Amino acid sequence: MNSAQPETPMTAEPFPAAAPLLNVVDVSKRFGALQVLKNCSLTVQAKETVVLIGPSGSGKSTLLRCINLLSPADTGGIFFRGEDITHEMKDAPRIRREIGMVFQNFELFQHLTAAENIMLAPMKVLGMSRADAHDVAVELLGKVHIPDKADAYPDELSGGQQQRVAIARALAMKPAVMLYDEPTSALDPEMIREVLDVMAELSAEGMTSIVVTHEMGFARRAADRIVFMESGEIVETAKADDFFGGTVNARARRFLDQILH
Amino acid sequence: MSLQLVLDYLLSPVFFHGALMTLLITVTSLVFGILAGLVIALLQEARFTPARVVALAYLWLFRGTPVLFQIIFIYNVLPSFGIRLSAFLSAVIALSLNEGAYMAEILRSGLNAVKTGQRTAGLALGLTRAGVMRHIVLPQAVRIILPPVGNQMIGMLKTSALVSVVAVEELLLVANQTASANFRYFEALTAAGLYYLILTTIFMGAQAWLERSLDHKRRRTRKARPLLERLAPAADAR
Ligand SMILES: Nc1ncnc2c1ncn2[C@@H]1O[C@H](COP(=O)(O)OP(=O)(O)OP(=O)(O)O)[C@@H](O)[C@H]1O
Ligand SMILES: [Mg+2]
Repeated sequence: MNSAQPETPMTAEPFPAAAPLLNVVDVSKRFGALQVLKNCSLTVQAKETVVLIGPSGSGKSTLLRCINLLSPADTGGIFFRGEDITHEMKDAPRIRREIGMVFQNFELFQHLTAAENIMLAPMKVLGMSRADAHDVAVELLGKVHIPDKADAYPDELSGGQQQRVAIARALAMKPAVMLYDEPTSALDPEMIREVLDVMAELSAEGMTSIVVTHEMGFARRAADRIVFMESGEIVETAKADDFFGGTVNARARRFLDQILH
Repeated sequence: MSLQLVLDYLLSPVFFHGALMTLLITVTSLVFGILAGLVIALLQEARFTPARVVALAYLWLFRGTPVLFQIIFIYNVLPSFGIRLSAFLSAVIALSLNEGAYMAEILRSGLNAVKTGQRTAGLALGLTRAGVMRHIVLPQAVRIILPPVGNQMIGMLKTSALVSVVAVEELLLVANQTASANFRYFEALTAAGLYYLILTTIFMGAQAWLERSLDHKRRRTRKARPLLERLAPAADAR
C-alpha cells in the first residue's frame, strides 16, 4: 500500500545545529470545560533527555500526545526539526514515523510475535522487505537484551520483556525522538530496572528522549533536564544537576517529597 | 423402505437442485447478513444518538419476532405496497435482515476486542487509520469473529428450510413434494436429511480449516474445538 508514496528521506532538509529538534511553543488544550494544557512551552535539543514529572492529571500524557499529533493542540505551535507541524493532521503519519512512542501498557500487537511487532511498521510504512525488516528486528532485540525472544508472542513474555519489545518496535522506525509515557509504572518492581537500563543506554548513545516517569533514580542517571508540570502548566524547567542539587521550586519540592515518601 | 430409492433421490437432478438452492440461500443470506450486521454494529457504535436508536429499533424488530413471521411478512405484505419480489428474493432478504440482527453483536465483540491502545500504538508508528484497521484490528477481530460466524452459518443452513413456506424450491420443499406424490416419505426425507448432513459437514470442515490457518499462534498449543460445539444452536435460538 505504500509503494506508491514518494520516498521521503529520513533526514529532511538540514537545519541549523543550534536549532532545537523539538520546540513546543505556548501550547494550550482543553477537553470540554477542562483546560488540560495551559501555555506549555518546551524546547528539546537533539541528543537531550528530558524527564517530565508531575502529579496525576497534570497533563503529561496529553502533552506527549500533542507532540506526535495523536491529539491536536488547540492553540500554540509545535515545531519539529524546524517544521511547523501543529496543524499537519493530514500529514500526521509521516511525522509520527520519526517520533517513537512507548506506552504504560506496552500495547504490543497481540497477534504478532516480538519480531513481527518490530517488523510491521518498517514493512508497511517504509516499504522495507521482510528479510531486511527481520534483520532490523533481530538487531534491536539484541539491543534491548532479549535476543532469544524473537518468536515469542506478547502473552508469553514478562511485562519487562514486553516493554523492551515495545521500545525496540519504536526504534525500528529510526525515530529522531522517543516519547515514553510512564513506561515502568505497570511493571512489577523487579522488572523496572531492566527497562530503565535500556532507556538509559539509549539516552547515553544520544537518543533524544522525553520521559514521563516518577523514577527519580532514572532521572538522576539519564536526564539532562527535569520539567515539572502541575495543573496543565509547566511550572519549572531545570538542569538535572540544579534540580537534584536542591535549587528546586517549592511546588516541585513538595511533589518530590510526596513521591519519595 | 427402499435404499435404492434413497440413492435414486440423492442422485436425482431435482434433489441436487434443491440442495444447491439451499446452499445458495444459506451463503447469500449469510453474506448479506454480515453486511447488515456491519451497518448495525457501526450504528450502535456511533456517537450520534439517533443512529443508536435506529440500531436498537432494528434489533428489537428482528429479534423480537420469529424469523418465519419475517419471511411470510416480506413475501406477502410488501406486494400490497407495490413492491413485488420473487419468492427467492423475499426469502433471502428476510433471512439476511434477520441474520444482521445477530451478526451485529458478533462483529461488535470482535472489533471491540482490539483495544484502543493498540490502535494508538499503530498510529504512533506512522501507520494510517486504514493501515491500523488492516494490519492490526482486522487480523485480530477475524479470529474472534470466525467461530461464532461459523456457528451462524450452520444455523442458517437449518433456518433456510423455513423458506419452503413461500414455495422456494429448496431441499425440504423438494423432499416434501416428492413424497406427497407417492407417499414414500422415508426415502424422500432421508435423502434430504443426508444432503443437509453433507452440507453441514462441509461447512464444519471449512470452518475448522479456516480457524486453524488464521490462528498461527495457537497451532502450537491449542486443542481443536469440539465438533459438537459447532452444531450447538446460538445462545438465542430463533
Ligand atoms: N480524551 C480526553 N477527554 C477528556 N478528558 C481527558 C482526555 N484525556 C485526558 N483528559 C483529562 O485531562 C487531564 C490530564 O490528563 P493526562 O492524561 O494528560 O494527565 P497525566 O499527567 O498524564 O496524568 P497521569 O499521571 O494520571 O497519567 C485529566 O484530568 C484527564 O482526565
Ligand atoms: Mg498519563
